[in-house]
Amino acid sequence: MSSHDENGIPHTTPRQSATFTSDVNSDIRRAAATGIYDIRGGGAKRKVPNFDDLLFMGASISRYPLEGYREKCETSVTIGGLHASNPIELDIPITIAGMSFGALSGPAKEALGRGASAAGTSTTTGDGGMTPEERGHSSKLVYQYLPSRYGMNPDDLRKADAIEIVVGQGAKPGGGGMLLGQKISDRVAEMRNLPKGIDQRSACRHPDWTGPDDLEIKILELREITGWRVPIYVKVAGARPYYDVTLAVKAGADAVVLDGMQGGTAATQDVFIEHVGQPTLAIIRPAVQALQDLGMHRKVQLILSGGIRSGADVAKAMALGADAVAIGSAALIALGDNDPKWESEYNKLGTTAGAYDDWHEGKDPAGITTQDPELMKRFDPIEGGRRLRNYLKVMTLEAQTIARACGKNHMHNLEPEDLVALTMEAAAMARVPLSGTDWWPGKPGTGY
Amino acid sequence: MQTFDLEALGLRKLNSTLHEQVEDTNQTAWEVINPKGSHAIAVGLDTPIEVTIKGSTGYYCGGMNQKATIKVTGSAGPGTAENMMSGKVIIEGDASQYAGATGHGGLLVIKGNASSRCGISMKGINIVVHGNIGHMSAFMAQSGNLIVCGDAGDALGDSCYEARLFVRGSVKSLGADCEEKEMRPEHIQILKELLAEAESDAKPEEFKRYGSARNLYNFDVDNAAAY
Repeated sequence: MSSHDENGIPHTTPRQSATFTSDVNSDIRRAAATGIYDIRGGGAKRKVPNFDDLLFMGASISRYPLEGYREKCETSVTIGGLHASNPIELDIPITIAGMSFGALSGPAKEALGRGASAAGTSTTTGDGGMTPEERGHSSKLVYQYLPSRYGMNPDDLRKADAIEIVVGQGAKPGGGGMLLGQKISDRVAEMRNLPKGIDQRSACRHPDWTGPDDLEIKILELREITGWRVPIYVKVAGARPYYDVTLAVKAGADAVVLDGMQGGTAATQDVFIEHVGQPTLAIIRPAVQALQDLGMHRKVQLILSGGIRSGADVAKAMALGADAVAIGSAALIALGDNDPKWESEYNKLGTTAGAYDDWHEGKDPAGITTQDPELMKRFDPIEGGRRLRNYLKVMTLEAQTIARACGKNHMHNLEPEDLVALTMEAAAMARVPLSGTDWWPGKPGTGY
Repeated sequence: MQTFDLEALGLRKLNSTLHEQVEDTNQTAWEVINPKGSHAIAVGLDTPIEVTIKGSTGYYCGGMNQKATIKVTGSAGPGTAENMMSGKVIIEGDASQYAGATGHGGLLVIKGNASSRCGISMKGINIVVHGNIGHMSAFMAQSGNLIVCGDAGDALGDSCYEARLFVRGSVKSLGADCEEKEMRPEHIQILKELLAEAESDAKPEEFKRYGSARNLYNFDVDNAAAY
């Protein structure tokens, strides 16, 4: 590029717009070419305050630590003991979030069951019903009760170890599921009672109840059908956590699953994923506050999800008051999703490993988010299950390492007082002090 | 005939007693007295017994029914026979919103009128309404037959899939992607059989059929105004 024009006058340095970035411009060009919004999988990719903005202080003179390999740090959690005669007992406080057969292949669902069971935790169905593979390979299976009611039937309901009434999802609070025609195979179509190859757009509201008073009656019905044996969870998006958790408890939930905007989806509009919902870090304290105000903290369990990646995230979520966490995207990565070994194939799809999110197209090179029989052959459910178990074990060991360093003999003994924040935003959201101070924005009595 | 006083014995006892009935039980006929609009009466039944509820019911009566025949002598609250799999639910009076919602099979008969969203998201159930139905009925209806001997309200069959909708009277308006369809001999036969089973004397030839125009099955930007 010439630095001067033909008269010798210097060019100004070409300056890219901070408003019209290359990403934005590519979005505009794509919209202009296609006439349809961008649909993709995954959760919010924008940078939001998150658990990386928090640190544990660790033990010192005022608090003493536990020996890393000698003194026990318990990780078990019981979910649903409030109303259910058979609550779920988990060895670790990390569960597998709901992901549908349809969005995922049958072998991928099997691998989730294998890995979760080997690690002593639960897995969850999704918007497509319960498959024999996942029931057979999941020692504890949570059955989602969704607005679409695809595949919903009382026989599977009674096979479930818990029922999760899905009101919202962090990636798309107020939106229904989406499974485009490429993935509606014969088996998926049969389970969902839909014609093969259509674009399936699930309802965003339940067909037979609206509002918290109806929800209470719906929970009563499900308990009556299942003989009050299994816990009933209510899953909500990180929209209005204080009120949503309050209303879920009032309606009779045994546990609340709270999903922040980094939580993934199989497919929805990119604009929905990036612009609706709240960061996971921001929703946990209002939710815990709601439980505390009701006298229900630790009685109604809070399961937090949305961008949980490591044992550090688990420990931080639990220190802020969660009883357990759920992982979805991280579990898929553990299975092999977005693995660089498929880089040349990602390139052919116009993307790169780590950024592949067109799960709705059913062309997943890793053979996980697809119904293509040839691609599915690339994925070994036994190996996938082993990888997931390993990952869950590592996360648990990491979380225990932190808890012991904070002097806790049970993960549930972690507390907000163990944490500081690195940024003002994180301090305000997590309601823990900015590092080096005893203050956070909004702290009662500080005038802010 | 076994008589169960719901007011005296409570809902949990009623449903657990009905669930305890095995396939070849000789206690096949049950009568529930004093329902007084209670919710979740006779839900999740799984045996071919007959349950008659003497009075009116609240939400979700007969929910997720399999094999049983449930009769309500009064009217039914919202979501009656929701997600029914098989068997029969008969409402002698009127039914509130979402009657037969997401039902996968069986027959729901409403001898009075049904409110809005009757047959919403139905997945194979057959519904016969002797009277009228309210707005947004058969919304996202996937399969099965909805037969209305009276009139239908606004937005019938909005975004429906492959369900067949038969209306004898007027339709106030059709929902997105719903259109009138040709009546063929097989449809007359379906009507004949279901009307007889539902004890309606309406004539199959008096009905019009509605269903999906299938224009919204796959996204097309030119249909964006329909959403």
